[in-house]
Amino acid sequence: MASSKPGSKHSAYEEMIKGLWRDNPVFVQVLGMCPMLAVTNSAINAIAMGLATFFVLVGSSFLVSSLKQWIPRQVRISVYIVIIATFVTVVDYVLLAMVPAIHKELGAFIPLIVANCLILGRQEAFASKHTVKFAVMDAIGMAAGFLLAMFALGSVREILGEGKLFGLSLFGDNFEPWVIMILPPGGFITLGLLLLLFNWVTERKQAFIAQVAEAERSKA
Amino acid sequence: MREQEPSSTTLIAALSIAGFLSGIIIIAVYLATFDTIAENKARELREAVFRVLPGVTRMQKLRFDGEALVVMPDDAKDDENTIYGGYDDAGRFIGYAIANGGPGFQDTIRVLYGYQPVGRKVVGMWILESRETPGLGDKIYKDAAFVANFDDLAIDPQIVTVKKGTKSAANEIDAITGATISSKAVVRIMNEAHAVWDQRLPSLAPRLKPQQPESEK
Amino acid sequence: MNDLVWIFISALLVNNFVLAYFLGLCPFLGVSGKLETSFRLGLATTFVLIITALCSWFLNTYVLTHAPYLRLISFIVVIASTVQFIEMAIKKLSPALFQSLGIFLPLITTNCAILGLAIFATNRGYGLGEGLIFALGAGAGFTLAMVLMAGMREEAEIGNVPALVRGTAFNLIISGILSMAFMGFAGLFSST
Repeated sequence: MASSKPGSKHSAYEEMIKGLWRDNPVFVQVLGMCPMLAVTNSAINAIAMGLATFFVLVGSSFLVSSLKQWIPRQVRISVYIVIIATFVTVVDYVLLAMVPAIHKELGAFIPLIVANCLILGRQEAFASKHTVKFAVMDAIGMAAGFLLAMFALGSVREILGEGKLFGLSLFGDNFEPWVIMILPPGGFITLGLLLLLFNWVTERKQAFIAQVAEAERSKA
Repeated sequence: MREQEPSSTTLIAALSIAGFLSGIIIIAVYLATFDTIAENKARELREAVFRVLPGVTRMQKLRFDGEALVVMPDDAKDDENTIYGGYDDAGRFIGYAIANGGPGFQDTIRVLYGYQPVGRKVVGMWILESRETPGLGDKIYKDAAFVANFDDLAIDPQIVTVKKGTKSAANEIDAITGATISSKAVVRIMNEAHAVWDQRLPSLAPRLKPQQPESEK
Repeated sequence: MNDLVWIFISALLVNNFVLAYFLGLCPFLGVSGKLETSFRLGLATTFVLIITALCSWFLNTYVLTHAPYLRLISFIVVIASTVQFIEMAIKKLSPALFQSLGIFLPLITTNCAILGLAIFATNRGYGLGEGLIFALGAGAGFTLAMVLMAGMREEAEIGNVPALVRGTAFNLIISGILSMAFMGFAGLFSST
């Protein structure tokens, strides 16, 4: 979808920055939250999953864009999946060795990064058609946008569901946590409300721009 | 305008090379992290054993071979007949740490509990593995009051879960409100393990202390 | 025997793949516009899930016992190629069946529910029978969630929903409520 045509005058910086807001993978394209919503029940889990995805996405984009002339078109998807699965397995083992506590929390969901449609989507739509530099910049931007969205979800759910952020109590003992927020329904509802907020802000911005344009026209 | 269709040999070759390279990378990472992961697991287990058996500072791996408990080397592979003996500084036997797993509400729960054959009681419980619902089921290890239930618990005739606040007998456990299923699962897993080990343990005198004092890490 | 019933009920209702594990969310949000399509997609997914259970059991038992680190990569490759092979077979043998299910098959292979099933079944150490029942329950649960969702969306189409809310945000909030309703099934467990 949101792939710009090769050869258009986009700077690498623009490719990176678009993932954060304008083409944010979660809020705009609603991609890649398949199994990931399950681990956004606390800010720290969400960040860990976001970082793991970051590494896999940037690594795969780098490899795919640098190897693209050697990958036959007919088997490209299989090759992409093999590349992605390799990175995911690496992440899995590294997390298990370095931070076993986090690995325990994320558990079965790390291998599922492979099935994250965002990663395969970026390879097919962008990395396979662009130079290494642009592909990596695009991947960094998309992954950062994903991380941002994960963090937003995780922190909202942890604050409301447990009254904490990063395990630190925020409201004192009188706060009755909304347990539903860290349960699965909370995941759906929080993402729904965040999308709503995102739509609203975008619409207000457009309305504002239109208003300014209107005012300028009437002045002229 | 399209380049010539590559032959299927080319396609197969491309896929095999990709698979081969990925295999090499994965095996390299697996080997590179293997020691750290094994070490983490061993340390985690040692800490868990010390936690469920208060006063224990040394442990050794024991295995029931069908007739008696045999001392196993530390790096032996664990199976369902493996338990851990806990000893204090002087090498005196304190109790056994027994691990068992079973289905919880969402996924398998693995429980380790400390058992003292002398008083026939449980002296501690630790969840080795659980993916119970965050906020509800995960209280089986996050709720200190629930875990404390197991600090001095009679095992005869068996452990019973009761509604929170109604604990009256020495073999009863206060269930967690909102996580009754997970609480019951923990107790069931322990009862099952005890049913297996009860006949195996009492007949046996506590094993000899570890031959070499374990080096502190 | 009782265990098998619980595995089925658990995957179907209590720990529904979509509503409790967020697996297969892409088709759940993307293709649930029409009741008819949702149902067919559900059936096709159930079919692939059962194939997956077979493949993953076979791999775990005969191939991966000594090389657990190759699990992820071999799951994906084997499942994807098996499904592709079956798709070709269906196309040859029964064009009618291909018309109703086959077109979905390639889409489903990249669905996270498929990989999720293989990984969960492995983690829990399911045998062949348990794995198949688990797949059947998960598939039925997926179909149920899809059909319920499609029904609600068809109703909402003619309802008075503000333009700003319409779309994914609205669907997610409905899913949240549906998921909350499904949590009630946890009560089924308390009898054990």
